[in-house]
Amino acid sequence: MHPTSHAFKANAREALDDNNLQRALDNMKTGFPAKRAAAIARMPEFEALRDQGMAIKNHTLENLDFYLETFERNVTNAGGHVHWARTAEEARQIILGICRTVDAKTVTKGKSMISEEIALNDFLEEQGLVPVETDLGEYIIQLRHEAPSHIIAPAIHLLKEQVEEAFRASHTDLPEGRPLSEPRELTDEARSVLRRRFLEADVGITGANFLIAETGSTVIVTNEGNGDLTQTLPKIHIVLASLEKVVPTLEDATSILRLLARSATGQEFSTYTTFSTGPRRPGDPDGPGEFHVVLLDNGRTAMLGTEFQDMLRCIRCSACLNHCPVYQSVGGHAYGWVYPGPMGSVLTPGLIGVAEAGNLPNASTFCGKCESVCPMRIPLPKMMRHWREREFEQALSPAPFRTGLKLWAFVARRPKLYRLGANLAARLLGMLGGSAGRFKSLPLAGGWTGGRDLPAPEGKSFMQQWQARQRKAA
Amino acid sequence: MDARSQILDSIRKSLKRGPLGEAAAAGPATRLADHAQGLIPARTTSLDAKGLSDLFVRMAEEVQTTVTRVAAATDVPGAVAEYLTSHNLPADITMAPDPTLDAYPWDDRPLLRIRRGRAQDLDQVSVTGAFAAVAETGTLMLTSGNDRPTTLNLMPDTHIVVLRADQVVGPYEAAWERLRATETGNTMPRTVNFITGPSRTGDIEQRMQLGAHGPRRLHIVLVDGPDAKTV
Repeated sequence: MHPTSHAFKANAREALDDNNLQRALDNMKTGFPAKRAAAIARMPEFEALRDQGMAIKNHTLENLDFYLETFERNVTNAGGHVHWARTAEEARQIILGICRTVDAKTVTKGKSMISEEIALNDFLEEQGLVPVETDLGEYIIQLRHEAPSHIIAPAIHLLKEQVEEAFRASHTDLPEGRPLSEPRELTDEARSVLRRRFLEADVGITGANFLIAETGSTVIVTNEGNGDLTQTLPKIHIVLASLEKVVPTLEDATSILRLLARSATGQEFSTYTTFSTGPRRPGDPDGPGEFHVVLLDNGRTAMLGTEFQDMLRCIRCSACLNHCPVYQSVGGHAYGWVYPGPMGSVLTPGLIGVAEAGNLPNASTFCGKCESVCPMRIPLPKMMRHWREREFEQALSPAPFRTGLKLWAFVARRPKLYRLGANLAARLLGMLGGSAGRFKSLPLAGGWTGGRDLPAPEGKSFMQQWQARQRKAA
Repeated sequence: MDARSQILDSIRKSLKRGPLGEAAAAGPATRLADHAQGLIPARTTSLDAKGLSDLFVRMAEEVQTTVTRVAAATDVPGAVAEYLTSHNLPADITMAPDPTLDAYPWDDRPLLRIRRGRAQDLDQVSVTGAFAAVAETGTLMLTSGNDRPTTLNLMPDTHIVVLRADQVVGPYEAAWERLRATETGNTMPRTVNFITGPSRTGDIEQRMQLGAHGPRRLHIVLVDGPDAKTV
């Protein structure tokens, strides 16, 4: 997918004017946060579980080479194969190579953000294969040829009428007059269409929520069961996972699973949590004949040991998106690439560069809600600030912004000058504001006054008032 | 350099160290060997067997699983037959070849037509056992094996699970402990399914629908009478 993160401002403006999107986002704003709050209220140990989850991930990252090698050894012992991919291109080629060994035509897919990151579907189509997304939301957006707008609810930007339209346009072998206006009817239709795809697939590709070093197992979490059918029915199961997904033991994964569903959908536990270890065993009546794990780096090992290492704790629950006032206002597509919301604003510059994605860490009010709900306690605002610094150091921000910032820095380092300027400006604006006490427009402040009035300063500056108080006290 | 070596090198470079020596690897290696349990929520820790069964049923019903509690193993075929009748479902069921299911007197219900084996596309109803059940969240734990096909848990519209009360544990960790204690404890089953309610999706306007791809109905027959353990 070609990133448009550089155009965030234009994307966001468009999103704010999109009535369908705004209606869809209204559903989400209230839904997810309320469900999460209710689930956490029932788990008094939640804060302690967060500390524990964070400690597990930190320990794993400090010994990442050890746990990956252990994971690889145990996958091999169970009869599976591990493939290492430095880049998106390497991962795509490995997957294509595996598909070619069985002359695969249809490839079913469980929902995987890594698959989006490496733009796997476009690539497989170019190579003559037919990738079929099976998560309902992913299937809908695949039919519409668009990217997911949310990391766990990919079609959250759509209304049911838009889903109906996509189904009528694609399922042309079904009767035209069939009723299809309700979520129930749409879900049933997708179920029967995709069931045929599950049965004809040669290869099934899933992501992984966890990799277990101790046992060589991969773990997926779904509510639909689509990931399970994807990995159980075809001849080959390929797991595509980024390498920071590894945890030491079954017990470690279990501890973090207690955080995942509650933070994500507010469920106590997702409907299907599945641990897969190797291929079908001798005598087994079902299951894939081959089991492959593709471990993707794609810039992650370079984040280790830097101020962005904490980001590698992320378990992709989406709590930060669901609680972000910016995401809630503009949705996921405005962010212009695969990962939206606060986690995307930190991860995306790390993966595609701050030159392309520099707008994202600026698309934050720094309200801090994301960090407060993050089950892994990732300091997202702090890391966005680090990206802003890098963007400035590399001279990537717009010239007027840089000049303004330099000017401000010059003044701010000279307290007498700063106070003089502030006092003059306050007095001048106070006078100009007149009886209304507010400005409907102001030179250089169009960005502010375009949406709301700017209140005029009243009375003296903070420093003046402070000094007056000190004198009084003395 | 090949991808594997380069990735491992890159990790070590970022962490500003070489490969872990024997001494440094001892910590992580012990952690794997110990596989210590983490914090266990108090929700289940003080409950007796009856309390665990009750909590399991309550949590399962919260997520639209239905449960029939029966007193004895001999009641199981009747409970299955009645469930099918009350939901207007056919009496054709596909049952796991699992020998633990042979303990129930299926012949008492000659109208049930039972096929043993993996699921086929058009199967309507499956009957399986379970490895364990987790009271903490009303979750079933099913393991795959020669006589326990995974497809039965996923493909039919209706999945019926026969569970004994002594299979109900408190937290997930207790279920792992039981799995580790089985004779194949050092090798994970190919598939371990934790199932919490019937399949569902909220992908269209966040309105929850059951039966997205997996079963629309998940029904448990829980044998928790005084002779439940004799099965």
